[in-house]
Amino acid sequence: MEEQAPRKIMFVNRKAPHGSIYAYEGLEVILIFGAYDQEISAAFLDDAVLSLKKGQDTSEIGTKEFSATFRVLEAYGVENRYVERESLEQRGLTEEDLVMDVDVVDGATLRKYMGEQDVLLPF
Amino acid sequence: MLHIVNKSPFKYRNLDTCVRVSEKEDPIILIEDGVYAALKGSSIEGLMKKTLEDHPVFAIRADLKARGIDEVMEGVEVCDYSCFVDMVEKHVPYSWL
Repeated sequence: MEEQAPRKIMFVNRKAPHGSIYAYEGLEVILIFGAYDQEISAAFLDDAVLSLKKGQDTSEIGTKEFSATFRVLEAYGVENRYVERESLEQRGLTEEDLVMDVDVVDGATLRKYMGEQDVLLPF
Repeated sequence: MLHIVNKSPFKYRNLDTCVRVSEKEDPIILIEDGVYAALKGSSIEGLMKKTLEDHPVFAIRADLKARGIDEVMEGVEVCDYSCFVDMVEKHVPYSWL
């Protein structure tokens, strides 16, 4: 059987972590896709950069704290992890404030990467 | 009136509008994603400084903690749920949903 070339799939995350279920669901779906042999990217812009902030503790609001889970993305084969610089700076954050290693890229670079994908999935 | 803001100021204009149309001295309470307004060094610090000139501003401790914010902008008062209840008793609450 002819092997199909891996497809380029990018998850575009734009929501804050605890105000809705989108951010957590997005992470779950990225992990599921990571199990397949595709070229997966995860991009974080707007309020989604806040999902990656260190030091979150949801024990008093009774929801799941999932920021630490982002650290396993690399092990799940999600090699490309991008954070948009402007979104980070708007929120007074720097790369050191984030729970995992990412590439901080400007908007134009991110737009270029988005244009190279076969599939873009918004969360 | 007590103004309750629960949306991220980076995504929604609820806080801007709240400040524009509220009476001077009305308290504003930041809850849920609204607490991101209290981040230090953010691009909305200007709006927050203006807000703090005219209003007492409170942020819910549990929501700050959940979001990893352990230092808030100067002037913002961190408040727990019981202080929230006290304020609702004293003022007519309005939620900027």
